[in-house]
Amino acid sequence: MAHEDHGKQGGKTYWLDRKGNVAKVFYALILIDVLWLAADFLYKKKAEFDAWGGWADGGFGFYPVYGFVGAFLLVLAAKQMRRVLMRSEDYYERRRGGGSST
Amino acid sequence: MAEFLLSPPLLLMLGSVVLAAAPRNVLPRTVLRALLLALPVYSLWRFWGLDFGDYAQFKLFGQTLTLVRIDPLSRIFVVIFHLAALIGSIYSFYVKDNFQPLVGVFYAGSALGVVLAGDLWSLFLFWEVAAVSSALLVWVRRSGRAAGAGLRYLGMQMVSGVLLLAGIVLLRHEVGAAPGWAEFRNLTGFLEDGGLGFTNLAATLIFLAFGLKAAFPLLHSWLIDAYPESTPAGAVFLSAFTTKFAIYALARAFPGQSELIWIGGLMTAFPIFFAVIENDLRRVLAYSMTNQLGFMVVGIGIGTELAINGAVAHAFADILFKGLLFMAMGAVLYRVGHVNGSDLGGLYKSMPITTGLCIIGAASISAFPLFSAFATKSLIMSAAVYKEYFWLWLVLLFASAGVFHHAGIKIPFFAFFHHDSGIRCKEAPRSMIVAMVLAAAASMAIGLFPLAEMWFGTANPFYELLPYPVHYEVYTTTHVITQSQLLFFSALAFATLMRTGLYPPELRSVNLDADWLYRRVGLRIWDGVAAAFTATHRTGYAVAGRLAAAALETAQRHLGPQGFLGRSWLTASMALWVAVLLAAYLVVFYWRLG
Repeated sequence: MAHEDHGKQGGKTYWLDRKGNVAKVFYALILIDVLWLAADFLYKKKAEFDAWGGWADGGFGFYPVYGFVGAFLLVLAAKQMRRVLMRSEDYYERRRGGGSST
Repeated sequence: MAEFLLSPPLLLMLGSVVLAAAPRNVLPRTVLRALLLALPVYSLWRFWGLDFGDYAQFKLFGQTLTLVRIDPLSRIFVVIFHLAALIGSIYSFYVKDNFQPLVGVFYAGSALGVVLAGDLWSLFLFWEVAAVSSALLVWVRRSGRAAGAGLRYLGMQMVSGVLLLAGIVLLRHEVGAAPGWAEFRNLTGFLEDGGLGFTNLAATLIFLAFGLKAAFPLLHSWLIDAYPESTPAGAVFLSAFTTKFAIYALARAFPGQSELIWIGGLMTAFPIFFAVIENDLRRVLAYSMTNQLGFMVVGIGIGTELAINGAVAHAFADILFKGLLFMAMGAVLYRVGHVNGSDLGGLYKSMPITTGLCIIGAASISAFPLFSAFATKSLIMSAAVYKEYFWLWLVLLFASAGVFHHAGIKIPFFAFFHHDSGIRCKEAPRSMIVAMVLAAAASMAIGLFPLAEMWFGTANPFYELLPYPVHYEVYTTTHVITQSQLLFFSALAFATLMRTGLYPPELRSVNLDADWLYRRVGLRIWDGVAAAFTATHRTGYAVAGRLAAAALETAQRHLGPQGFLGRSWLTASMALWVAVLLAAYLVVFYWRLG
């Protein structure tokens, strides 16, 4: 559905109704992330764990990499879980119904 | 007597019963509501004036029961339960009917009974009252689904109660009538005093009873099943009490129990996968609750002062921010009629205040600096680091990124932003907004207190409530930067997945969880057993019927009027047969004699 159409339904076009502005938010997020990554140069971390050569909590860019990769893989893994776990909305209401519906 | 009646549990429970019984013409709705709000306020004020110690004791069947035991661990739960009762009641004033706040306050009273119980019998009593009163809050939705969910919920709560009772009875049997056996305290230590280890059945049963209410993995699905089926206000009350007093009970009885570390670790991780693909946004919050409970369970398992402080502080903060998120989704449910992510979007245009307050809740649960979980969850994370649990720490970090992903972003994004669904509705009712503002303000205060302490040297009233003294600096450069990096890069992953179309769309669906075992497999087994029983019964009935018919026919043949044994015989033939018998008898007699 076109974002603009719905914006007008309410009698007013909001800033986020324009697709270009959504892209702006995305680029702003990238900029913020770059700044947070750069913040790793500004101070010295003390590694508490020896594992992974002390990179885990003391090295450059660990938290950004872990946050990004972790969240990315979380979603992809959850998406695959749907193949096994997803059923129709009324699955449990159909007490004597077929068990293998999707 | 006043000590009993004015103790927090009884004051709230009896107070709500009296208000419920008062006739409408004597007590107009506004007066009733004012009195209902006055109950938790007065109760907390009274409680605040009491010192640590035992109150409201009485003897029953030779046992001394202690209804109120105040110590640093119970105190903080008493405070937050009163606040939750107050906020929940204000929120629920959006409906004219006062049933929900009345039951909610009664349920809060029973929860206070659990955290103040000084002995196991009192604990059990309030444990059960809480189970029944909370089930009413599921049923109050008055839908078919809520009826079923409420019944399953009550069933699971009763299982917990039975486990607890069995544990208490066994403990009584094993430890004997030694004085103080029923005291509710560190059970592991208590059992070890008696020469019994954790493998002891009594402690295991009690551990499982607590674990069921704390939503341990595989025992968690009652929460996911029932809470989202309740009303907007019902879910707010439900989210506050049962799981949190279970956390209190674990912290009281099993601190430092190492099994809890991995149970908790699992609890933080597995629900976030379900939350990503769940469509019902209040069910997403229920998964998120299991995830947050996992952090608390980990803290109790680590068992150091820092970790227990973290678990308790996080329980306090969770009641506020999870309540806030449930309130925001409840407002959407009330205005729109559903909370399906697949059919919502663009609501920020209609409900800007709710949107803003929901974002505060989202930031709080995600542990953004300045918000509550940043000042509570980090105690648990640091405790894991200090004990050098590397893999556990990685799991908790992953779960922290995950919680931002599903509760921090998914909830506000799919409800209030995303594509415009075209839904135009009114802003949330005033009572809802007031309650949400209170919860949001408290969540922010918890996050800001440590900063104020650092900059201005002001006291941190929240940390002072914790059971152990806090020597912990929250706002260090490393902590602020690393946490922000984790969260913002998690947000970047979400945005990238959305823009590339890789993010799974919200679909109207049900995802199988552990409740499938009893709602589908268990039901099938039950159906199978019932069918087998019916078939056996039918076959048995048929066989028995045929045998009986055959026996009847034979009897009729032999004993009937025409039967061999039934007809009239001649006297002469009878005399003959008697003579034959006599002769046979004589032969046998002489043969035996010879």
